[in-house]
Amino acid sequence: MFEILLTHYPVLIKGLTTTLVVSLSAIALGLVCGVLLAFGLTSRHRWLRWPCGLYRSFWRGTPILLQLLLVYYLLPEVGIEVAPITAAILTLTLNTTAFQAEIFRSGIAHIHAGQVEAARMAGISAWQTRRRIVMPQVFRLTLPPLTNEIITILKNSSLISVIAVTELMRVSEQIASRTFQPLETYLAAAFLYLAVNLLLAQISAHLERRMAGGLATE
Amino acid sequence: MFDLALLWETRELILQGLWNTVWICFLGCLMALSLGLVLAALRLSSPRLFGYPVACYVEICRGTPLLVLLFLLYYGGPSIGLRLDAEIAGVTGIGLYGAGYFAEIYRGGFKSIPKGQLEAARMLGISPWHALTRIQIPQMLRLIVPPGTNQLIILVKESALISIISVDDLTKNATTIVNQTFNVIEPYLAVALLYWMIIELIARGGYALEKRLADRQPRHIAQPGDTAHAHG
Repeated sequence: MFEILLTHYPVLIKGLTTTLVVSLSAIALGLVCGVLLAFGLTSRHRWLRWPCGLYRSFWRGTPILLQLLLVYYLLPEVGIEVAPITAAILTLTLNTTAFQAEIFRSGIAHIHAGQVEAARMAGISAWQTRRRIVMPQVFRLTLPPLTNEIITILKNSSLISVIAVTELMRVSEQIASRTFQPLETYLAAAFLYLAVNLLLAQISAHLERRMAGGLATE
Repeated sequence: MFDLALLWETRELILQGLWNTVWICFLGCLMALSLGLVLAALRLSSPRLFGYPVACYVEICRGTPLLVLLFLLYYGGPSIGLRLDAEIAGVTGIGLYGAGYFAEIYRGGFKSIPKGQLEAARMLGISPWHALTRIQIPQMLRLIVPPGTNQLIILVKESALISIISVDDLTKNATTIVNQTFNVIEPYLAVALLYWMIIELIARGGYALEKRLADRQPRHIAQPGDTAHAHG
């Protein structure tokens, strides 16, 4: 395993970089879309809630591999030509949006309604209430499930090797077929995924402690 | 635009894929549920001896993609003399991967039962075995049903990956139909609906079980989120 890591580290690092770029782009885009979808899911208007619920249900209820294949093959059918990497980012974003929306929705549900009412009474606009009062608290509450979601997306990004994006998994497949050492190569890949994810979990735990500290002294 | 005749013509392939997905998921989940219980029991019964290895196992499952595990089993296995059929590799992969998650779910369930209850049981002369089967497990079951259902759903969805190691499951057969007929939407959408149905069934089953267990639960036993009881 370490021999593979040492001899093939330039390609492995390149693959890992693609994995990180794709996952983190999807996470960042999903963060924005997820917040919007969460607002849609908690909207007072039924015509907005219903389609948002259907969207969430579909993207949470079907395998991500199938979603990837559907997006990748469907886009050219409707006349949109995209690079595999774009299709990969798009699929992961569409998928994570549904999960992140649910995380934010539960976070919003935890905020006491009295706070929003008080803010409205104090003449703070609905938008300002959401931006300044609700969301900062929601981010603190949702950090642990959000970390889980980031790790899940990082792991799911291994599937984009299927549509020929040269990320970590794809690179490992290439190395395995060249060196005839599949066991060592995939162990090396597992090690790299594990290392990145453990690092992420550490960063999240650190942030959580810092935010909790901020809460206590405020 | 949506060609239903195409689905009718290829129904055999779809049904065969459905059958393969169902039995592989069933066996994989069964393995995950039982192995997870063993891991959780080992960790709780002897934290000094098993705590660290089990924690490592859980972290590995949580930190690496299932695809890597499947590739390790299917392509890496032969280098150490382990030759598995694709289906068996699929079941084993899902089982080993899910076990890590279920071990944590079981452990969370056991941990959330207040210690005072066990002390009280011992004071009343109730044997450890009875305390386990009559006090701990019934309460734990109720707590672990929601996260357990969630995890089963995740495993069924992730089972689509076994198509990559050449198991003829729903996803693989849908791709075969796409390649044969050049129609993308119908096969993939039909198969997506089938997955959705399986998952909806599991979710409903989970809710029903949750409700049944809740009905049987006496009022005075600690409820999740019922901090007054948990601390009392």
